[in-house]
Amino acid sequence: MTLTPQDRTIVEATQAGLPLVTRPYAVVAESLGLSEADLIERLKHLKAQGIIRRIGAAPNHYRLGMTANGMTVWDVDDAVVDSLGEKVGVLPFVTHCYRRPRALPDWPYNLFAMVHGETRDEVIAKRSEISSLLGKACRASDILFSTRILKKTGMRLRGKEG
Amino acid sequence: MTRDLSPLERTLINRLQDDLPLAPQPFQELAQELDLSEEEVAGHIRTLRDDGLLTRFGPFFDAKALGGAFCLCAIAVPPERFEEVLTKVNAYPEVAHNYERDHKLNMWFVLATESQAAISATAEAIERDTGLPVLLFPKEREFFIGFRVNA
Repeated sequence: MTLTPQDRTIVEATQAGLPLVTRPYAVVAESLGLSEADLIERLKHLKAQGIIRRIGAAPNHYRLGMTANGMTVWDVDDAVVDSLGEKVGVLPFVTHCYRRPRALPDWPYNLFAMVHGETRDEVIAKRSEISSLLGKACRASDILFSTRILKKTGMRLRGKEG
Repeated sequence: MTRDLSPLERTLINRLQDDLPLAPQPFQELAQELDLSEEEVAGHIRTLRDDGLLTRFGPFFDAKALGGAFCLCAIAVPPERFEEVLTKVNAYPEVAHNYERDHKLNMWFVLATESQAAISATAEAIERDTGLPVLLFPKEREFFIGFRVNA
């Protein structure tokens, strides 16, 4: 999917967030030399294309006290990994769920599910719930707790010159 | 680190995980619902953002739809080399997130580049720089997420 140059400008102007005023789009539109209505129209178009997922805010898990974060990883039978992945993804405590390639022989796991909680015990209990759901289709599993955030920058669309 | 949230702040954090209307006055509905002015709603959200409880307010883009390429990578770093390797890996602007995890594969990071070819090129450059194999775990499929934080 390619963005028009104008869409790219709009993404660059809004990806760090909107001003927190009653009419944020009017402020952004003015800085881009657009009308408020035109900007909203373009954003609606980007949303219809799936480029914008939603308008809202993301909570900071750590600051909300959910400091335990475990990457649970599972070696699931290839024949059923997609149907089981769907079920794991919708569990209320799973924040991300992906199928990824194995890296044999060291890494037999093909399903990754991120679990956040207030304590490690809570995350471990949730891992057991996933384990029950996967049942015999799962041959092995592990959990990798994060012990330190080493770097965290937003994933930003860079300017063309960047 | 964590401060006590007022009931209003909890409600706002929960509601802002939904999708707000793409309209000139995005806080209008919320303001009516909470019996506040739109200025007050915007002000409370600003405070939550400034206090770091919300990361930002605005459109959430599908990173892949924007044309970028992403890949989760991992390295098994010998513990005595950890800080040295960390400095080398973090120096790459393509490294967006990096986490230490308690496993033999103890460094997990996400590469974000403009193209798929740049993912392999960056991973190879990191291998040369550190002398350590970089394992690539590209997303093959993403499963729908029902997750919300209940503040």
